[in-house]
Amino acid sequence: MSVFAFYLFAISAITGGLFTVISRQPVHSVLWLILAFISSAGLFVLLGAEFVAMLLVIVYVGAVAVLFLFVVMMLDVDFAELKAEMARYMPLALLIGLVILMQFVIAYGSWESAHDVAQNLSQPIPIDRHNTEALGLIIYDQYFLLFQLAGLILLVAMIGAIVLTLRHRQDVKRQDVLAQMYRDPAKAMELKDIKPGQGL
Amino acid sequence: MQADLSVILPEIILAVFAMAALLGAVYTVKDKLAPMLVWVTAALMVVLGIWIGTSGSGSTEAFGGMIVNDAFARFAKVAILFSAAAVMVMGQDYMSKRGMLRFEYPILIALSAIGMMVMVSAGDLMALYMGLELQSLALYVVAALRRDSVKSTEAGLKYFVLGALSSGLLLYGASLVYGFAGTTKFAGIIEVAQHGEVSIGLLFGIVFLISGMAFKVSAVPFHMWTPDVYEGAPTPVTAFFASAPKVAAMGLFARVLHDAFGYAIEDWSQVIALLSVLSMFLGAVAAIGQTDLKRLMAYSSIAHMGYALIGLAAGTALGVQALLIYMSIYVAMNIGTFAFIMMLHRDGKPVTDIAALNQYAKREPGRALGMLVLLFSLAGVPPMLGFFGKFFVLRAAVEADMAWLAIAGVIASVIGAYYYLRIVFFMYFGSEGDDVETSRSPVLLAFFTVGAGLMLVGVVTTFGVEGAAASAAAMLVN
Repeated sequence: MSVFAFYLFAISAITGGLFTVISRQPVHSVLWLILAFISSAGLFVLLGAEFVAMLLVIVYVGAVAVLFLFVVMMLDVDFAELKAEMARYMPLALLIGLVILMQFVIAYGSWESAHDVAQNLSQPIPIDRHNTEALGLIIYDQYFLLFQLAGLILLVAMIGAIVLTLRHRQDVKRQDVLAQMYRDPAKAMELKDIKPGQGL
Repeated sequence: MQADLSVILPEIILAVFAMAALLGAVYTVKDKLAPMLVWVTAALMVVLGIWIGTSGSGSTEAFGGMIVNDAFARFAKVAILFSAAAVMVMGQDYMSKRGMLRFEYPILIALSAIGMMVMVSAGDLMALYMGLELQSLALYVVAALRRDSVKSTEAGLKYFVLGALSSGLLLYGASLVYGFAGTTKFAGIIEVAQHGEVSIGLLFGIVFLISGMAFKVSAVPFHMWTPDVYEGAPTPVTAFFASAPKVAAMGLFARVLHDAFGYAIEDWSQVIALLSVLSMFLGAVAAIGQTDLKRLMAYSSIAHMGYALIGLAAGTALGVQALLIYMSIYVAMNIGTFAFIMMLHRDGKPVTDIAALNQYAKREPGRALGMLVLLFSLAGVPPMLGFFGKFFVLRAAVEADMAWLAIAGVIASVIGAYYYLRIVFFMYFGSEGDDVETSRSPVLLAFFTVGAGLMLVGVVTTFGVEGAAASAAAMLVN
């Protein structure tokens, strides 16, 4: 059963990846990408890593892929032109791809791990703990430094996004909260006494 | 835990400072604080550098071997911190005059310095990657700092896309190595692989890792981004690219190859030798046709990385020592040269055209002489320090029975000498004078003079760099 599930997820992941690259419509590409993400989430479930699987669905499918969809639909990019550019290099790319593929066949065909690799691989999921709990214990203990460094990387990404895009434009009307709060009827309203029969 | 934290205390201090400075600047006067922030950050880096340099000897590990603090890491960290501080201070005036100095600039440089420090003391493939990404991401942003200029944004984007590609290669290599060894720790990898011979899969992993790192040191054939990024980025940022990150990437290179794959030296040494020969020759030949000083410096840095890689290809402690000495000299030369490039301007606009230097010696004899010294040193002409850098790496190659590599290095340096001497020719015997002006900034002049002076004084005394490099290399290579 699990073998069947593995091949199902694996094949659909590869199909998704392939069609992400070759489909004509960029929107379709994103949808294929979502299929690839969901299939890999399935593979993670088979490995017993439910938490990572859920993260993949929530973060990648829920946020990243949807963001991609927005970007693809909002950007005015002529994808046909990009594709034509790509087609020119296709023969060379195919040749290189083929060579690399054959090299990988050699590498993986005779794959051997070091003979005491099994004792090196730490048990990823302790049996008596939940997935999430086990992950938390590792991240905040063994990999504490890496976790903090990842935080710094995200900080740099945030600073970078602000540095490169934030502009203080002068010609934009902004909400001035203080001015709004200090408004009172005396400042905001004016009573006009209009005589009957006359206009303002 | 406390012992672990004390090992990375300099990094923690720098990180906390960067975050505090960020908050402080955002909530106060923002960009008006930038010049002050540049000086404070640079001062802190220098203090940390002195502290790391004078702090004890020996080697300590932290976080289960994820971070290694040994003489090699300390040497590289001191070089990184000093050069980052120097370049930052040097560019402050240039950037604020042209309205490019944002308060985020020193903060991003500080954060990327943290990444570099993690890189050179990484003892684990994951820590390596984290350090590398932290460093690169900050660099992508500063490359595009002049966001209204098409060239600068192009430089940032190009660097980003190709950098992401190289990170992918590196990660793929790391996953293959993990698949072979079952651990990401360097100590674990070298222990596992010592029994039995190197399998093809592991070799694939090593080659992918080397490709990823070769991109970061801009070794041919992973150099395509360098000229465009160097030309497009603001000159102070270019000067930064040519100094600290190169030291860090070279340190990382040596660290990974010796710490994790030290048993397979003959396997990776041929790959490194090939990268080195290609870089030396492409750097020397492609620079000949350049008319832009920054592009020329890009090709020059490619060629210099080729020479530094000779030291790595030798695979001996002497080779690593030569590599470290070469990198220190290279950084000093580059800082001096970029100080000169930053001084040139015409009507307040920076000038990077080589032809602008026509008959420069007539108008500014002192500066022309300093530049002459620096250019001779870059070319490796004997009385200057640059010659000794080349001499060290070539000697390491000869002693490791790679005489052919040394010969290739000599030939490439003869070709490369042409384009350095061409600038000297323009300065002294150029056709007609140009109206290029020279900035009177005392900071730039100081760095320029010190840089040029070092090329002469360094021949007499290396200020202990040689000894420090030797002990650092001995720590790394067993």
